[in-house]
Amino acid sequence: MHAFDLAIPDSICAARTALGDEEARLIAGGQTLIPTMKARLATPERLVSLRAITQLRGITRDGDTLIIGAMTPHAVVAREARADFPALADLAANIGDPMVRNRGTIGGSLANNDPSACYPSAVLGCGATIVTDRQEIAADDYFQGMFTTALADDEIITAVRFPIPLGARYEKFRQPASRFALTGVFVARFAKCVRVAVTGAGADGVFRWDAAEAALARDPTVAAITALSPPDLPIIEDLHGTAQYRAHLVRVLTARAVAKIGL
Amino acid sequence: MKTITLMVNGRKAHATVEDRMLLVDLLRGPLALTGTHVGCDTTQCGACTVHVDGLAVKSCTMFAAEANGADVITIEGIEGPDGRLSPLQKAFQDHHGLQCGYCTPGMIMSLTALLAETPKPTEAEIRHHLEGNICRCTGYANIVQAALAASGQLPATATTAS
Repeated sequence: MHAFDLAIPDSICAARTALGDEEARLIAGGQTLIPTMKARLATPERLVSLRAITQLRGITRDGDTLIIGAMTPHAVVAREARADFPALADLAANIGDPMVRNRGTIGGSLANNDPSACYPSAVLGCGATIVTDRQEIAADDYFQGMFTTALADDEIITAVRFPIPLGARYEKFRQPASRFALTGVFVARFAKCVRVAVTGAGADGVFRWDAAEAALARDPTVAAITALSPPDLPIIEDLHGTAQYRAHLVRVLTARAVAKIGL
Repeated sequence: MKTITLMVNGRKAHATVEDRMLLVDLLRGPLALTGTHVGCDTTQCGACTVHVDGLAVKSCTMFAAEANGADVITIEGIEGPDGRLSPLQKAFQDHHGLQCGYCTPGMIMSLTALLAETPKPTEAEIRHHLEGNICRCTGYANIVQAALAASGQLPATATTAS
């Protein structure tokens, strides 16, 4: 790994100061960035760790909203969100492995926006809000393509606000070696709509499957999903699965999620 | 460079580290605790698992400087003060939960964390918990047996005679 300076500020204000020059990069749990740096695919001259900023951690409920601090590790979400939002706790409990879940964070996952990561599907599937040090971004505006988000380079995610659905389910078909989603679908039912978000399939990253949402609005059953054609957009294709296979998984996983929620 | 102070296996340690130094390299190099292994160096295999402030983490995937002020336990800190093996270590010995032994420190650290949180895990919970620890020898069967035995869940007849 190339040499760099590591700053570990204890406040958001100090982190912004430490970011200063353009070569600086934020690091959250480091479970993606550190391996990427070892492979020299990322070579920042300065890293600013958010680890010591305690106000970025923790989960609070405010009415029908669950607010998760950006630096909250997956293991904490798995444990502490269970009573309020079990589908999100299940998602967090199946990211990576126990050691990754003790370090990796929701904010880091969302800032990276890996096209096969789990969290983006929950954020988009719930229509959550990304809160940063300077603005609030609706999920529908936040994800802008593979590894691309609405964040500025020096923008710090501080929290994610999830409207708690009436029912929800994340169905993940695991890539068994990486434990990322080969394909994953998050379905969330709210009083006035059902949202369906898909990860590990779209060539431009996480997406809402509009046709499934429309079908479920008319007919909230598994049959409504199995009758659909696969999503009509460019699908990821690699050695782990063809585009046709992933598109098929989208439909199968959506149907499973709908069956388990019991719309 | 950064000067850090941390607790390692109950003793205070001071070190001056490069910002890019990984925790595992601090442990194995300056602190000479070579029980923690590096298997893959790509965050996959779990051989480098240690506890930082009570949580199992991959020491190849955090910086030493991030452990400033932390309480770190390595495989060397698992045995009793009299040098006796922990119940889990003893169960690995009794049930032959290893062959080459390279992954074993990580297995012990990972399962020690599981048993602290879940004293009587099911076999499914044990296997789910071990997803971050790769063993290329055993096929995991005897490792799972050892974890069941260490948590008092194996009938006496299933215990391997020594």
